[in-house]
Amino acid sequence: MAPAPVTLLLVLGGAFLCVAGGVPGLFLPPGAPARRIATAGSVGGSLLGLAGAAGAALTGRVESLTRPWPLPAAALHLELDALSAIFLVPLFLVSAVAAVSGARSFGDAEHPADARRTRFFFGLITGAIALVLLARNGLFFLASWEVMALSAFFLVTADRSSREARDAGRLYLFATHAGTLTLFGFFAVLRHLTGSTELVPLARGVAGTDAGTALFALALVGFGFKAGILPLHFWLPPAHAAAPAHVSALMSGVLIKTGIYGIVRFTSLVPDPPASWGDLLLVLGVASAVLGVAFALGQHDLKRLLAWHSVENIGIIVLGLGAGLAGRAAGRPEWALLGLAGALFHVVNHGLFKSLLFLGAGEVVHVAGTREMDRMGGFGRVLPKTAFFFLAGAVAISGLPPLNGFASEWLVYLGLFDRAQASGADALRAAFAAPALALTGALALACFVKAHGAVFLGSLRGEAPNAHGEPAAHVAPMAILAGACALLGLWPAGIAPALANAAAVAAPGPASAVPLAELASLVPLGLSALALVLVLGAVALFLRGRLAAAPATAGPTWDCGYARPTARMQYTASSFARGPVGFFKWALLPRARGVPVAKLFPAGARFESHVPDTVLDRAIVPAFRAGAWLAQKGRALQGGRLQLYLLYVVATLVALLFRV
Amino acid sequence: MTHPVDILLVFVILLNFLVLGTPSLRMTIRAAALQGAILAVLPLLVHRGFGWRVVAIAVATMALKGLLIPGLLEKAMRDIHIRHEVEPYVGFVTSLFLCAAGTGLAILFAGNLPLAPEHVGTLIVPASLATLLSGFLVLTTRRKAISQVVGYLILENGIFIFGQLLIEAMPFLVEAGVLLDLFVGIFIMGIVLNHIRQEFSSLDTDLLSELKD
Repeated sequence: MAPAPVTLLLVLGGAFLCVAGGVPGLFLPPGAPARRIATAGSVGGSLLGLAGAAGAALTGRVESLTRPWPLPAAALHLELDALSAIFLVPLFLVSAVAAVSGARSFGDAEHPADARRTRFFFGLITGAIALVLLARNGLFFLASWEVMALSAFFLVTADRSSREARDAGRLYLFATHAGTLTLFGFFAVLRHLTGSTELVPLARGVAGTDAGTALFALALVGFGFKAGILPLHFWLPPAHAAAPAHVSALMSGVLIKTGIYGIVRFTSLVPDPPASWGDLLLVLGVASAVLGVAFALGQHDLKRLLAWHSVENIGIIVLGLGAGLAGRAAGRPEWALLGLAGALFHVVNHGLFKSLLFLGAGEVVHVAGTREMDRMGGFGRVLPKTAFFFLAGAVAISGLPPLNGFASEWLVYLGLFDRAQASGADALRAAFAAPALALTGALALACFVKAHGAVFLGSLRGEAPNAHGEPAAHVAPMAILAGACALLGLWPAGIAPALANAAAVAAPGPASAVPLAELASLVPLGLSALALVLVLGAVALFLRGRLAAAPATAGPTWDCGYARPTARMQYTASSFARGPVGFFKWALLPRARGVPVAKLFPAGARFESHVPDTVLDRAIVPAFRAGAWLAQKGRALQGGRLQLYLLYVVATLVALLFRV
Repeated sequence: MTHPVDILLVFVILLNFLVLGTPSLRMTIRAAALQGAILAVLPLLVHRGFGWRVVAIAVATMALKGLLIPGLLEKAMRDIHIRHEVEPYVGFVTSLFLCAAGTGLAILFAGNLPLAPEHVGTLIVPASLATLLSGFLVLTTRRKAISQVVGYLILENGIFIFGQLLIEAMPFLVEAGVLLDLFVGIFIMGIVLNHIRQEFSSLDTDLLSELKD
């Protein structure tokens, strides 16, 4: 008899607790008991699930459960392997901390009608994502996928009174259903090729055929919508901007990764991926990464900026997947291992630091009463702890040592460098991708210098209308996430076995002869990060000592002799980003309007600039307008007369009979 | 050799013409009733065995199609005081021409359909299609809601004739289901008729188009 599937049951139990926690709140009156039950369910369930997922990731054990399901060709087939586990770990971690943070920030007092509904869907989406990651039957996968997608819709539109949220929700709903529709096609083709609705490997040689290409294209579009790969990302910035902060944290940190999971799971079923698949992913990854960060630079809205960074980080992950796939196609297991492990590590890392940044941004937005960065400034004094943790998140997301963002990008870089030393086309591709990754990192750094500087440094531009200190329920989640970022950055060798296990599932076939930790020198990497922390700490102590010895005096900045400087004369986020935005003018198509300052002693002048989403503005919206126009023409057919409708039926019937 | 079924079906087709050609509302209802009554005999002739189920279905068809529903319609006509004239969108002569064209097409289509060999020579399929199209013709060209019910009834008669083809293959349950559908349909339309009358004090479906968005 097979041993009991302990870790799988732990994960399932955790998912169930997360979902169940939100249910009593639907019947209880809004208030503390309902909130506590929901939060306890989310936290308890997440800890349970986290234990199971971490166990499965580190041991690499595979456990499965199958129950019949009274639908044709469907079965409740669940399986927990290292690949699922590596996605489940950030899910449960982020879900727990975001639930705690959300219970306070999106509470019953401010949102009496929406808070309990939101808590319910928050638990539901956690459970649904867990099932998506565990499902091994196509229909069961689609069912879980749809529950997840719809819960996300209700979470984006959590604040029903906001028109912006409703519009963003509608756009999201369109995008997610377009993706689901494609996935129906994907599973249909998969069943045609494998003869089963179960997720079983394709036969050798199928991937190179036309059907195999179609399957890959369907997977890329269907999962790409969810992941937000350029140009299918257009739903992402509005949805992340409009949703409550803890929802944005979960969506950006975990939900969009289910798209990545889908692509990885699919390619793991292909024994011989063609080299062209890897190339395509590499190009898409570079495009998403570079343009994602370029658009982020142009944003004025703090949460929209973070959302665009999700597009960027998805690009980095896709780039790593592309490198891994190319390694498999070329029969070089060490490239595949480095690329895939880097991508999967970045999945975990992005989940941690992006949710950290969103939680911090949520607090800032709450205090400022606006999401416009140009109206913020000086919040470092109002929210010192938030400023510190936001800085940690910014360092991590910019891929700087000693935090985890550096460690995962390091793996991807190493994979690319290894490949660059090969000959011919492989070297050329790596030589194209590695500088693009470096460019992305530099721009991300510029963007977070802008975001952190404009929000937290300088002096207050106006009032901070909702300043009220920093309660523990808000600081603790950020501290946990920042601690996890630091841990993974300082000790990347610790997660290496889990990454190697997951990469082995993702890339079946010959394994790399050298273990991952050794291949990527993760132990020296951790040690040097530790050394850097010690040096930085020493410098900080030294500077603090200097500051204590000679207290700084506060005074106005040198202002070229102008007599009446105000806080509004500080550098704005937009002016800081103007240079790089100009550099990417060809893609961003920024719009600026204003009256230029022309002569001495000018009269009033004004200036405004926007960087709208090019894909949304130039492709999606015009396409929908054309569709609406066509539909309007079709209205003539709908005469509102019963007899007319019946005539259509007759006409169809006669036409069909003629065909016989 | 002419099969007795075919003779009955000729009558059915002729009744289609009567429904479309007469200006009297009462006459259309009676024609539909007569058509239903003829159809009730049909299973007895098609189905050689004289089992109790065939008899039951014949009796039920006779009662519903021949008596109950037409009776209800006549009662409705009396109760709601409408003019006893059909108000068509297209003239009676045109209607008859269209009906003739429909019957011709039906015979044409029936020749093309891949039928079982024992059904090839009979009138069952042409009569069924012709009745179906006539029913649609009544539904699309008549203005009064009550004529629409008659059209629906004739349409269903066409389906009933088609059902005779399957009488060996399919259980009678199907036929009973069709009857039930019909009954429910008429029932609902009766309620709708009443409500339309209360709201608009007329049964002219033209007024319904004001309800469209």
